[in-house]
Amino acid sequence: MISGILQYEFLQNAFFTGMIIGIIAPLLGVFIVVRRLSLIADALSHVTLAGIAASLLLEKKFVGLSGLNPLYMGMAFSVAGSLFIEKLRAVYKHYQELAIPIILSGGIGLGVIFISLADGFNTDLFSYLFGSVSAVSRLDLWTILIISVLVIALVVLLYKELFLLSFDEEHAKASGIAAKSVHFIFIVMVALVIAASMRIVGILLVSSLMTLPVAASIRIAKGFKQTIFLSMLFGEISVLGGLTISYYIDLAPGGTIVMIAVLILIVTILLKKIAGMRPA
Amino acid sequence: MAQPIIEIAHVSFRYEKEIVLEDINLTINSGDFLGIVGPNGSGKSTLLKLILNLLKVQKGSVKLFGQEISRFKDWQNIGFVSQKANSFNTGFPATVFEVVSSGLTKKLGLFKFMGKTDQAKVMRAIESVGMHEYAGRNIGELSGGQQQRVFIARALVSDPKLLILDEPTVGVDVKNVQSFYEMLDDLNKELGITLLLVTHDIGTISDKVTHVACLNKSLHFHGNTAEFESLNINEMSEIYGHDVHVLTHNHDHHHHHHDKGAGR
Repeated sequence: MISGILQYEFLQNAFFTGMIIGIIAPLLGVFIVVRRLSLIADALSHVTLAGIAASLLLEKKFVGLSGLNPLYMGMAFSVAGSLFIEKLRAVYKHYQELAIPIILSGGIGLGVIFISLADGFNTDLFSYLFGSVSAVSRLDLWTILIISVLVIALVVLLYKELFLLSFDEEHAKASGIAAKSVHFIFIVMVALVIAASMRIVGILLVSSLMTLPVAASIRIAKGFKQTIFLSMLFGEISVLGGLTISYYIDLAPGGTIVMIAVLILIVTILLKKIAGMRPA
Repeated sequence: MAQPIIEIAHVSFRYEKEIVLEDINLTINSGDFLGIVGPNGSGKSTLLKLILNLLKVQKGSVKLFGQEISRFKDWQNIGFVSQKANSFNTGFPATVFEVVSSGLTKKLGLFKFMGKTDQAKVMRAIESVGMHEYAGRNIGELSGGQQQRVFIARALVSDPKLLILDEPTVGVDVKNVQSFYEMLDDLNKELGITLLLVTHDIGTISDKVTHVACLNKSLHFHGNTAEFESLNINEMSEIYGHDVHVLTHNHDHHHHHHDKGAGR
């Protein structure tokens, strides 16, 4: 496989993109999970699908737009979707979780319309749904690299604020930190990372890369920093392991990645059980 | 000369037509440990909100550290541990050290990182509530009383001169209430922090407090603890509607038989 990576550009793109995603998706995932916003990732990935379908439609109908990278439109839709979720959460103060199904179904509805307008499914769209190693371009890799540098820098710089906002939202607001702005930056970062991740794992599986490694690390980690570290480690193992296995035995990479993440989760649950049974 | 920290003069407050507070006069001096007791609906939370400037004063005046509350700016001098601290997500994967560190977020400011002195400060705050052995433990593994101590440490870490506690013993085991008060007593005596504690449960007011105020729309009693204990039972019943006891060291067993539903 190493020789394959050295030889083929598409394999390089896929592996480097995978390595980046394996770190930033769980990194943001930790904050999403502890704030009980896990389903936001699902809603936004479906909105991203609508953006990609729109982009593919434009590409088909207007020859002049054939060079358009669907990733950008996907990101634009995802960010817009995240802002809508925030608006809806403000509207339905007592039913904040309503925002998620509203945006999720809106995203699918819009996506399906665009797909039908573009005369149905094609391989391109299929690769976005389930992820594809061969579809990652060099331009995608650069875009995702820039996003990840931005995301990591922001999380490091705003770590204190993000922690306080996650642990105790009331206190964060009362203590006078710029809670609203920090939350806004956070949700836009989530939208961007979701759009960036779907190249590898696919729209249907993006949220799993943000939640499964976190679900595993939360079982065994001591403290928040360790939770973040272990989540990124588990995410990275899942992505690299999944890509390697799928390369050798020709499986769908997205599915393989997710199944490894599930396996890690099961192992941590079992380990915790065994540790708990031992007399202390 | 003791310096007044909170001065409340002729404060009345009403929501719509309902009068919640009536002509309250109360002064808390530097070094005091004041317990305010009152049944639910007695206006305790409203009084706290007025002191914390979460509600605007309608009538009368509130001064903090000698300054009119509308012009008061030094909020970092006031630490507040809310009742809500009990309802945080107990599965949250953060250590005691990390939780207490979060109390420095505002003070450090955006894009600033904790230095060595800040970390030492966090450890001191954890030690001052007697939780140093637990600094590396996840917050969710602790008992309600221990968690409450951690939240007090979080409030202490930014060096407040006044600490306000809203129903701090709600999640605390009855048998641990006494040691909880001893810890507050240490903060009060050794660190010189002025304490204001509000509770509906008169059974949890201990002799560690230096002053007691009974609130039920208006202030029924305000004095030191000795005077409070010598209060005629009839007078107390007038405020509370039934028999009450004050928790002290000497007749500790009184407390165990005490009706926990007092004032409810």
